[in-house]
Amino acid sequence: MESNFCFHCGDVCPSESIIEDGHPFCCQGCRQVYLLLNENNLCSYYDFSKTPGIKAKGRFISENFAFLDDEHIINDLVSFKSEERIHVMFDLPQVHCSSCVYLLENLHRINSGILQSNLNFQRKEIFIAFSPKDISLRGVVELLTFIGYEPAISLKSKTKKRVKPVRRKEIFRIAVAGFCFSNIMMLSFPEYLSSGNILEGGFKEAFSWLIFALSLPVLIFGAGGIFKSAFKGLRHKDINIDVPIALAIVITFGRSYYEIISGTGAGYLDSGSGIIFYMLVGRWFQSKTNEALSFDRDYRSYFPLGVTVSSQGKEDNIPVTRLKHGDKVVLRMGEMLPADAILKSPVAEFDYSFVTGENKPVILKSGALVYAGCRQLGGRIELEVVKEPSQSYITELWNNDVFSEGKKQRTSFVHPWSRYFTVVLLSIATATAIYWYNIDASKLFPAVTAVLIVACPCSLLLSATFTFGNMLRYFGRAKLFLKNAGVIEQMAAVNTIVLDKTGTVTEVEHNRVQYNGVELYPFEKRYVKQLVGQSAHVLSRSIFDSLDETIDKNDNLFEFKELPGHGIEAVIDNQKIRMGAYKFVFDDAALSDENDKIGSRVYVKMGDSTKGFYEFKNMYRKGFKRMVWSLIRKGYEVHLLSGDNDAEKRRLNKYFDGKLEMVFDVTPLGKLEYIKKLQKRGRKVLMVGDGLNDAGALKQADVSIAVSDQSARFTPASDGILDGSAVRKLSSFLHYARGAKKLIAIGFVLSILYNVVGLTFAVTANLSPLVAAILMPASSLSLIGLAAGLTYWYAKTKSKLR
Amino acid sequence: MSVIFVLIAVSLLLAGGFLLAFFWNVKSGQYDDDYTPSIRMLFDNEINDKNNNNNNNKTKNN
Repeated sequence: MESNFCFHCGDVCPSESIIEDGHPFCCQGCRQVYLLLNENNLCSYYDFSKTPGIKAKGRFISENFAFLDDEHIINDLVSFKSEERIHVMFDLPQVHCSSCVYLLENLHRINSGILQSNLNFQRKEIFIAFSPKDISLRGVVELLTFIGYEPAISLKSKTKKRVKPVRRKEIFRIAVAGFCFSNIMMLSFPEYLSSGNILEGGFKEAFSWLIFALSLPVLIFGAGGIFKSAFKGLRHKDINIDVPIALAIVITFGRSYYEIISGTGAGYLDSGSGIIFYMLVGRWFQSKTNEALSFDRDYRSYFPLGVTVSSQGKEDNIPVTRLKHGDKVVLRMGEMLPADAILKSPVAEFDYSFVTGENKPVILKSGALVYAGCRQLGGRIELEVVKEPSQSYITELWNNDVFSEGKKQRTSFVHPWSRYFTVVLLSIATATAIYWYNIDASKLFPAVTAVLIVACPCSLLLSATFTFGNMLRYFGRAKLFLKNAGVIEQMAAVNTIVLDKTGTVTEVEHNRVQYNGVELYPFEKRYVKQLVGQSAHVLSRSIFDSLDETIDKNDNLFEFKELPGHGIEAVIDNQKIRMGAYKFVFDDAALSDENDKIGSRVYVKMGDSTKGFYEFKNMYRKGFKRMVWSLIRKGYEVHLLSGDNDAEKRRLNKYFDGKLEMVFDVTPLGKLEYIKKLQKRGRKVLMVGDGLNDAGALKQADVSIAVSDQSARFTPASDGILDGSAVRKLSSFLHYARGAKKLIAIGFVLSILYNVVGLTFAVTANLSPLVAAILMPASSLSLIGLAAGLTYWYAKTKSKLR
Repeated sequence: MSVIFVLIAVSLLLAGGFLLAFFWNVKSGQYDDDYTPSIRMLFDNEINDKNNNNNNNKTKNN
């Protein structure tokens, strides 16, 4: 059966497949890419993984990249420029396998103008050095696009300078802390055995001073981040979790230094630097989330960078930022309008799904106002700009207060816990002080400091960071990528879920096509397939895909005509066939309005006889029904918002016994207001959406998750990105998030047990460095192990994440 | 016994040297990408010869 799958992209080949070198291809686009690779001896591409290619979209228009010839844009994109060499970085969201690495790092073999290409697989970034004499920036982008890796270039990524990984400082901190910690441990060893008495003469003292010296880098550099954060917290009069930790560090090191200087003891520098090391590792572990994803996109990421403008009969490409009121914009098929404009061409068809969420294409006549963000479906059209890109209808959403406020800082539940912990700790310390003051004042100082050293909230922090870090990883494996650990806690607090309909609970790519009317004979279906095969319209393609018949090359097709926004017609085997809107097919204006309003229908007429119509229905994602039911049963309030008309309302109501609240015909701003209303009622809202039209609602919601069918697609700013195939697991995700608190609590209980043991030594003024040195790693390591075990067990058996 | 001081000094120097080497590695960007090189090393060095390529599109890579 292998022969039926495209050698390049692995898609099912249509029965009249294209064969090249004995390999089947699903379309000309895939074959072209194969030919190019074959020509350059790059066919190892197909050896590293099976069908590694990315389906050629067949809509590659070189003109789309004309803006890359603009000097300003080039200067903004490149990182280095000289006569012989230009360096540039691109995001390639399509990168997915080892074959991609092979092909992209061998670009120089396809075009010798490319001097070097270097891919970072995890960040999905490619570094390209090319010679401007042999190939232009536009040429590079076109080559990448041709082989299936269209770079994600946006106004945003160009205005924001590429952030260098700041990670390095964290790694240095861990390295320094680890180095000093292990050496201090080694030098402290004699102290553990017989309190260092096995050492002769000046050794004991010398070792102490060595430890002293080694601990300084840990305190100053290693713990620097903790001190900084604690100080920042204090300045804002907020006791964050770093304050008690910084206090514990200061006391541990202070007392140890005092002991070493006064020659009264060995101090607790081994335990102290150990805990700093573990905490740094924990933080790094938790913050190591998905680097390839961007969570903070706004509308600018969606808009094209350049646009074709016609003036005095000449066409010119300018950057969108220079678009002015009154400019005449030329849009070709599939291009997006970057500013509100008035249509100048007689008629045109637009896909508004991005802006409004409405699935059905809109047909507009000359003089109509067209909003930015829509996609053009027909041939070349002209429009006149009336508002600059930054003031258009869709960007107004970003002028809403929600976007300027920025999300409120929500404190983790770990913080109040650590506050209680600190209060209890301080009272124990006070009680110890009072006790020893009355019994033996000389032991007051050592006992009190020992209490503060042993019982630091570090173990609580450790169990939280490792639990959250692991959970983020398990979420990621189940294809929910969260921005940071804080989102898990917010997800746990959610009690209301708002779902967007188009693209979130329905599949965008697959519309169900249903034929109603007189049964068609196989040969008639063949005709229909041949006719729609001529058109690139979305609906035509859907009908084409739904028909299994094979096109017979002997059926001659003549006089093909496509009227944008109306339909298509042709003569096949002396029979005139018309397909399209009611008005077009039957020339009947009286009934047209009603029949064309119902939904997306394509009528078919052959010769003089009316056959019927193809109807398009939304396809709900697999498992959608079960997912919503399980959410309702768990006590969540579930709402469904849609920019679509309410054609589906009855069907959905039947599904869910009216337990699903539905609102149709909602504007983007309406969605935002809806969320606000829910929040006023005291609900904690999780918004799940996909398009630009949900951006406001996503921003307003307490937790926002953007759904994306391919990682390649842009998603609006959100707290998490969810793969389309995993939408049905939403209820498992929420269950897992709710488990976080329990799991951390278990770790907390364990750490309290250790603390009780440690404290009994401390309050009796018997805390030897040995006890501290055993307790510290034992508690840290067992907490880390416990966190790993618990999160795994909970993901697997309790939440059934997989 | 005072030879221990020498030993400790040597061990610290050695370990410090490794720490510096690690710093150098990180700074030079070796740890920026810890995945792609593992794929890269699997590729054969193919001879880029455009003339005899037409039928060997199934290059074995063992």
